[in-house]
Amino acid sequence: MVGKNIFSSAVLVSLVLIAAAPFDISAADAPSKSVILSTTTSTQDSGLLDVLVPLFEKKSGYSVKTISVGTGQALELAARGEADVALVHAPVLEKKYVADGKLVNRRLVMYNDFIVVGPPADPAKVKSTKSSAEALKRIAAGGAGFVSRGDNSGTHNLEKSLWKTAAIEPKGAWYIESGQGMGATLGIADERGGYTITDRATYLAFQKRLALVILLEGDKPLLNIYSVMEVNPANGQRINTVGGKAFADFMVGPDAQGAIEKFGAEKYGRALFTPAAGKREEEIGG
Amino acid sequence: MELLWEGIKHALAALLAGDREVIDITLLSLRISGAATLISLLLGVPLGIAIAQSRFPGRNLVASLVNTGMGLPPVVVGLFVSILLWRNGPLGFLELLYTPAAMISAQVIIAFPIVAGLTMSAFQTLDPKLGLQLLGIGASKPQLLWLLCKEAKLPLLAAVMAGFGGVISEVGASMMVGGNIRGQTRVLTTATVLETGKGNFEIAIALGLILLALTFAVNLLLTYIQQREQIRWPRPS
Repeated sequence: MVGKNIFSSAVLVSLVLIAAAPFDISAADAPSKSVILSTTTSTQDSGLLDVLVPLFEKKSGYSVKTISVGTGQALELAARGEADVALVHAPVLEKKYVADGKLVNRRLVMYNDFIVVGPPADPAKVKSTKSSAEALKRIAAGGAGFVSRGDNSGTHNLEKSLWKTAAIEPKGAWYIESGQGMGATLGIADERGGYTITDRATYLAFQKRLALVILLEGDKPLLNIYSVMEVNPANGQRINTVGGKAFADFMVGPDAQGAIEKFGAEKYGRALFTPAAGKREEEIGG
Repeated sequence: MELLWEGIKHALAALLAGDREVIDITLLSLRISGAATLISLLLGVPLGIAIAQSRFPGRNLVASLVNTGMGLPPVVVGLFVSILLWRNGPLGFLELLYTPAAMISAQVIIAFPIVAGLTMSAFQTLDPKLGLQLLGIGASKPQLLWLLCKEAKLPLLAAVMAGFGGVISEVGASMMVGGNIRGQTRVLTTATVLETGKGNFEIAIALGLILLALTFAVNLLLTYIQQREQIRWPRPS
């Protein structure tokens, strides 16, 4: 009897200890020492933030809470004052938030490019055009199937602007909305033998599992430009304006720009992003 | 299939090599869900007993609410807890969003109706005369509760397992209120989602296997405690 009770008590005590042990102090940092970064999934999924965030934390003493969501949500969180700084890639949408005064001091950080991918057989003959609008027209006419993110992400926003340029309203059985991230969307396009638009970094990460091939690249509207924006302190209480600005300054500073220039070269044979601090949109991708 | 083997190899390699990050993520999962289960027990068991043992108008309504709560969608809980904890929300002054405490809160909301609901049914299956008999032989109210809990030990431990199983495996709420922040709020489920999104399927599978092994170990321990006083049914002669 005694042995049994000791066993039960030991289990109970250890469970309580596990549960009640103090959590990592860094999680309970003073608020002014932590910066909430709302950003898109591609910066996190590519692994870039795993390099840049520790660099910033070491240099500045801030602790960064990275919230990685779709660009639409990232901008909305910042506009509601739920983040201190935003790093996203949807220039048209970003400019709306800046015009509304919700976000301020928009600065270009880096760019890479989107690509149109599809089945190797290329039934819509996308490969023989150099224009992204023409490519979309052919995909729509061919009925071969196009998989859209459909999630108000940066990639989805770019796709929407391309349909607008092509003067097509994407609708019908050939237009599939996945509502998921880029990796899952590539998987669906692959299974269905359809086309999609993807950022190059995600395509490279998934390439070995996909039959999809690059059919169009290098068209200027396919540029994928990332910018950093600070949050207007008027958006709400408890915004860490100073910390947000420190992160934004860091992103366009020499340390981060140097790290961006090198990032990915080892794994993919080429850098995943090109630094663009201090540039204007018109100057990029010439 | 080859991918599954890669995943198993990854899981074993990470554990054997003592991969600091994987071990930290595993411990954090265990601690957050363990704490949430513990709090759920403290809240859910008394509530379950109270509903089971009392008669009041609207009792069936309360019982239905608890039973509905047993199936709360984690993602909905996550959404509501996030909005409450937003810094411009009603509880924003607590500065809890994106911390383990926020994740525990959300998991308690998910687990405590499960514990309460199962406790409720456990105590309703007890013979009502048992309580009277115990009072008759002079048991005090706390003694009575303790003895009844011992009597209902099997279903109560089942409630613990169901509550823990519900929260250690959920991802929707943890992702939303925790933010999946590396080194702070990244747990096994959110890390699995992240690695899948990155296309690192081997690592995702490895994390998934570690989660399964962890859940199995905890349930094995609880089942062992539960079954030690197994009533031996007489063999039919």
